[in-house]
Amino acid sequence: MLDRMIANTAPSAPLSRRGFLKLSAGAAGGLMLGTALQPELARAQGADGVLATPFVHIRPDNTVVVIVKHLDKGQGSATGLATLVAEELDADAAQVTTEFAPANAELYANTLLGVQGTGGSTAMANSWQQYREAGATARAMLVAAAAEAWGVDPATITVSGGHISAGDRNASFGEMAEAAATQAVPESVTLKTPDQWVYIGKSFPRVDVARKTEGAVGMFGMDVRLENMAYAVSLRSPRFGGTLAGLDDAKARAMPGVIDIIRLPDRATVIAASTWQAIQARDALSAEWDFSNAETRGTEALRREYTALLDQKGIEHYSAEAPAAEAAQVIEADYFFPYLAHAPMEPLDVTVLFDGERATFWTGSQIQTLDHMIGAQVLGLDPAAVAVNTLWGGGSFGRRAIYDSHYVAEAAMVAKAWLAAHGQARPIKLVWTREDDVRGGYYRPMHMHRVRAGLDAEGKIAFWEQRLVGQSIVMGTSFEQYMVHDGVDASSVEGLGESSPYAIPGWTVDVHHPRVGVPVLWWRSVGHTHTAYVVETMMDELAEAAGADPVEFRLRHLADPRARAVLELAAEKAGEVPEGLTRGIAVHKSFGSYVAEVADVRMRADGTVKVERVTCGVDCGVPINPSNIVAQIEGGLGYGLSAILREEITMTDGQVDQSNFYDYTPLRIGDMPQVEVHIVRSSEAPTGIGEPGTPPIGPAVANAVRRATGIAVRELPFSRHGLA
Amino acid sequence: MIRLTVNGTPHEIAADAGTPLLWTLRDELGLTGTKFGCGVASCGACTVLLDGVPVRSCQTFVGDVDGAEVTTIEGARDAAAQAIRKAWAELEVPQCGYCQSGQIISAASLLRDTPKPTDEDIDAAMQGNLCRCATYARIRKAIHRASEIMEG
Repeated sequence: MLDRMIANTAPSAPLSRRGFLKLSAGAAGGLMLGTALQPELARAQGADGVLATPFVHIRPDNTVVVIVKHLDKGQGSATGLATLVAEELDADAAQVTTEFAPANAELYANTLLGVQGTGGSTAMANSWQQYREAGATARAMLVAAAAEAWGVDPATITVSGGHISAGDRNASFGEMAEAAATQAVPESVTLKTPDQWVYIGKSFPRVDVARKTEGAVGMFGMDVRLENMAYAVSLRSPRFGGTLAGLDDAKARAMPGVIDIIRLPDRATVIAASTWQAIQARDALSAEWDFSNAETRGTEALRREYTALLDQKGIEHYSAEAPAAEAAQVIEADYFFPYLAHAPMEPLDVTVLFDGERATFWTGSQIQTLDHMIGAQVLGLDPAAVAVNTLWGGGSFGRRAIYDSHYVAEAAMVAKAWLAAHGQARPIKLVWTREDDVRGGYYRPMHMHRVRAGLDAEGKIAFWEQRLVGQSIVMGTSFEQYMVHDGVDASSVEGLGESSPYAIPGWTVDVHHPRVGVPVLWWRSVGHTHTAYVVETMMDELAEAAGADPVEFRLRHLADPRARAVLELAAEKAGEVPEGLTRGIAVHKSFGSYVAEVADVRMRADGTVKVERVTCGVDCGVPINPSNIVAQIEGGLGYGLSAILREEITMTDGQVDQSNFYDYTPLRIGDMPQVEVHIVRSSEAPTGIGEPGTPPIGPAVANAVRRATGIAVRELPFSRHGLA
Repeated sequence: MIRLTVNGTPHEIAADAGTPLLWTLRDELGLTGTKFGCGVASCGACTVLLDGVPVRSCQTFVGDVDGAEVTTIEGARDAAAQAIRKAWAELEVPQCGYCQSGQIISAASLLRDTPKPTDEDIDAAMQGNLCRCATYARIRKAIHRASEIMEG
């Protein structure tokens, strides 16, 4: 079913600009009006959006509204898209605001993913052409309107800083917007050359900062408030896959504020007058569970099974063209990576209003197409009767990009049951507590790797045999057909073999994907979280065995010039190792971008590691917004450092051992290094930046720690070894 | 009835005495700037000022604070809070922004007590405020910047 839904919503071919605007007028169901082609609708629309294209609205008050098709959960996509439009529109940054697009895959599909969604660090890459053209199109229509109004040649008109002028005539965008809406949409537009850019590669202020220093009022799903809204909190099975066999809710029903308790096949949901009353009553429920189809293995049992699989050949994934050479030395190592929770600061939430015929969802939707389709499916509605209002995400790191839209589906089931029982629509906000989040699954899958690598007599890698064991994220989901190739989940092996910047002879990769009943999901940088760690720590051990400098040893094997350049950049900028510190380095390519990180660490008296300073070299193509690139590298490496130091989800007999931030313990400010980021002034098309800062930090720190202590950390997190 | 003055406005609250201040602020008074992150005083997203002192509102119970003055992010308007806001905007500190109400309340409290904090002072004062986006490096820089702004 989901396969078909995705197929039905994927665009069949790139649309011409004219086709795009026509489509917006015809297919958007009144959500977005292609007013250039239907001026009567522009009038009907009133004062709002006088010039309105799918991606840009120019209002009579001179506001430029950029319609953001992506979720912004902190990674800066709204500002990035605003930058692209403002650049080609020649708008003043101060007049630009953003609004999230409605769920509408025809208009707003991610051109690299085929559905409306944000992931794989593609927001800028897939919008680079589209949003610049949108800005240039609106600009051309403003210019045409001014030329007509003033009776001048369009070529004599200049646009700068939000003003249109010719000779002594000038107008604001807002003044010209209505006339612009009646102009023909240009067949083609000419984009600026890089030397003409005033924002791209320079700076454009973040569109969300001011509101986020004032309490972010109205921005997050958690803060949605609707008249007569009720609050929902669910009790779910303590083991993944359990179903509800019995429920004693007498105590909960008698508690203050409790309105109803809804029983679903695998959970019970309390509806109450406030969040706190719902949480209290949920905790007072007494349930019996049927675990006959539940996962009952603990992580130690799983680890034993994974370890046994390391001895068996898996599905062949990669075999380098260059054959293995004879080795003078061989290093062999096993690695262990735990399950990880995303734990975004805003726990999951969704508000739903369903009246039997129409429904609206409010949430930080990351794959709007799936949330839309699955929400509609659960409610038995045509998708045209369902709206998804995307709000700002309070972090995600992958957690809100869910192949099964499980929490939207949960809210829909609750809303449906509510309506059936009460016969009257009521807005319901479903809230997950932190405990629900930490114990709720959808983790970065646990993985093990085994590597056997040889060095030849000249100190070059002679062969590299690598085996992985880990659950597939996408098998059994709608993404399987796109992401599983010959039995191997591409997201588990990314960064290895042909997708690695290294050219290594005799590199082989084979894979086991055991079936485990723990839901797993992409976690910031996905497979790169473990593949980069393995490759870059092994690379360091090989360098040492070869008696080589770690940078020079890598350069011997790096074929990709962009990878070489960021490595050399970071190493040069890091300079001498500061007194008392020990250095480790790593370089990795992910999501089309290249990042090298040099970590300078100090071992504290108690044996734990403090990363004092990280120097980064980054090539993400054209650097659209340098301040945001720095922010994403700082945050990306902070997120990765957090994971390697202390984060792990473990299970005992299928029950998750951790529950909140006192036992699932992310990075705090005292562990945050100083970060310096050096950006390559590339002219390549822009690539990802939200995730590529994460993969190199783990191995860079591990390499420094091995140099300082002799301990090669091959089992994560570091806290297992007294190092954090 | 529990009496609370929130951002200068007096309120009479009918809630059960064991209700966390966080939920009274958010669900009853509609002040959603104070965020729910963990519910167990482990993340700092819910930090507010109680009679001028920063507390975790998720573990502060309304029955214990009868008669108190509460200042939330919406009402924090003194020189320290405004300097922090200005520095936060200049350095573009927030990413997702969900934790930032708590960060700002904690940072402004630090500056009130310690107008020229060192990095160590900052780390000690801000250790209770989690940020999964890891904006920590900019938080440190922005607190120093706010300190300069306050010096004028």
